[in-house]
Amino acid sequence: MTSPSQSSVLGPAVVTRQLRKTFGHLVAVESLDLEIKRGEVFGLLGPNGSGKTTTIRMLTGLMQPTSGDAMVVGFDVRRDSEAIRRNIGYMSQKFGLYEDLTIVENIRFYAGVYGLIGAERESRIAELMDELGLTERAAQLAGTLSGGWKQRLALACATAHRPAMVFLDEPTAGVDPAARRRFWEIIYMLASRGTTILVTTHYMDEAERCQRLGFLSRGHLIGLGTVQEVVDQFKLPSIEDVFIELQRRDEGAAA
Amino acid sequence: MSLIHRLRRASFWPMLRKEFIQMRRDRFTLAMLIGIPAIQLALFGYAVQTEVRNVPTVVLDQSHTPQSRRLVDMMANTRNFRIIRNATNREDVRNAIERGEAAAAIIVPPEFATDLKRGHTAQAQVIVDAADPLSSAAAISAAALTGARSGPELTGRSTPVVAPVVDVRVRPWYNPESRSSHYIVPGIIGILLTMTMVSITGAAIVRERERGTLEQLVVTPIGKTSLMLGKTIPFALVGYLQVTVILVLGKLLFDIPLRGNLLLLYLLIAPFVVASLGTGLFISAVTKTQVQAMQLSFFFIMPNILLSGFMFPRAAMPEPAQWVGAALPLTYFLTVMRGVLLKGVAMNDIWRDAVILTGFAVVLVAMSVRKFSKTVE
Repeated sequence: MTSPSQSSVLGPAVVTRQLRKTFGHLVAVESLDLEIKRGEVFGLLGPNGSGKTTTIRMLTGLMQPTSGDAMVVGFDVRRDSEAIRRNIGYMSQKFGLYEDLTIVENIRFYAGVYGLIGAERESRIAELMDELGLTERAAQLAGTLSGGWKQRLALACATAHRPAMVFLDEPTAGVDPAARRRFWEIIYMLASRGTTILVTTHYMDEAERCQRLGFLSRGHLIGLGTVQEVVDQFKLPSIEDVFIELQRRDEGAAA
Repeated sequence: MSLIHRLRRASFWPMLRKEFIQMRRDRFTLAMLIGIPAIQLALFGYAVQTEVRNVPTVVLDQSHTPQSRRLVDMMANTRNFRIIRNATNREDVRNAIERGEAAAAIIVPPEFATDLKRGHTAQAQVIVDAADPLSSAAAISAAALTGARSGPELTGRSTPVVAPVVDVRVRPWYNPESRSSHYIVPGIIGILLTMTMVSITGAAIVRERERGTLEQLVVTPIGKTSLMLGKTIPFALVGYLQVTVILVLGKLLFDIPLRGNLLLLYLLIAPFVVASLGTGLFISAVTKTQVQAMQLSFFFIMPNILLSGFMFPRAAMPEPAQWVGAALPLTYFLTVMRGVLLKGVAMNDIWRDAVILTGFAVVLVAMSVRKFSKTVE
């Protein structure tokens, strides 16, 4: 079976210390201290504009932090962004698929970009297609697939190199409930093999599937822990109430 | 890791492979890329040719002598001028041109034949409606040539005449019959390469930005170099294919001379292709949408068409226009292409332009690599 890259098994998957990102006068992320354990399924929640995507972009090396430090799978985001890129997978809201390529061509392309060649690459492609249930439509153009298929294909592309950690930025937006359930089964399968998962979502049922949650509001981390811990912390009946309460507060502060 | 192993694993290969699959699948664009050269060649080659020939012309022959009639005949025989009628006086000539009835006039003054007999320079005037510079340039050069050739024939002397018979001061270019198709073919090669390399390449990368695949690529270990090479090499090959199509059709349809060394020609295309790809990459690095990229490429292509010497001779341009032309790679490429294709010049005549082109290639690629960053900010 597959195991994540052994690049740096020691230590947590993500550690940030006073991570900060500003765009001009706008503070997108402020003093973020976060720790995610290896093999954990961690959910990052918050209203739009709370800093979720900016946080993911800093951790994946897409953006340089303004100040503070972050280590991802044992590498410094400032100095070792290339090493991070080799050891993580990233799936954006837009999926990043080539619509004029078929399923198998998309996977082959990303596997190749991650340095897989020859027989090794082809056997990995077959494995991914089998595990994510893509074989049936291998020769279909990605542009003609439905949301659920696109989502699984995007995950196949993002994990072609067996990354130690996978970042999923609102992966199930616009996907039907059955496909969402199937997707989460795959996420748990990855986690069971030791892959760390960081996922952002707006769906409360998805939030409740995460082992731990972080709540972002206006760039600040204001809640952290298991679902139960977060609910207790805010003294509200459910995660959904916490979310709505936060959104209300944010909008109040912005007005 | 050995070098060969690293080369095999380079993310450049999957990029290249992907681009070829996408290009093959986008039949419409591919057909356009190959079809456009043929269409442009036919358009420019035929349209420009008929326009330059058969310029409607009125004649004001005030000399009424065999010599003056002979001169008018010679003019008409160039087929640049199509004599539509005789004018009655200068006022009539002016009106004919102003109304657009004629685009040129040949005026032979009363003293033409007597001047010839006395061995003086006989003056004849050719008036050309310069509103259409292409036609007029051809008409002027035809007139000047006829003037020069008519000397011995009209005077009946075989000794070369020192002073020109028809006093039109125009320097005829190296295309003595004013066969514009010859002149235009190297130009089309340059313009077409500019259009394909700059606008299609620019749009191809911006499309990845728009669709979110660039963001996806940025989080992979693919290097900037692999990304840019994989993206541009297929277009460079298309460029060479276009050049070949134009050369073959140009030879078949217009019998353009291929005087120079073809190997040298293909070699000299490379720096221009690289410079144009560099421009395309730069455009893609500074724009966010395909529409923006298209607009910016158009903005770049217009001066190339107007100021590079593709349509109008640069020598006739005002100085600022010449400076702009001097900043365009196409200007030097045209010199090189016309030199090699029409004049058959060798490397030592055009090395200066070749060096400048290479300089453009290096600078433009360096600029776009600098500008193209592997982040999304």
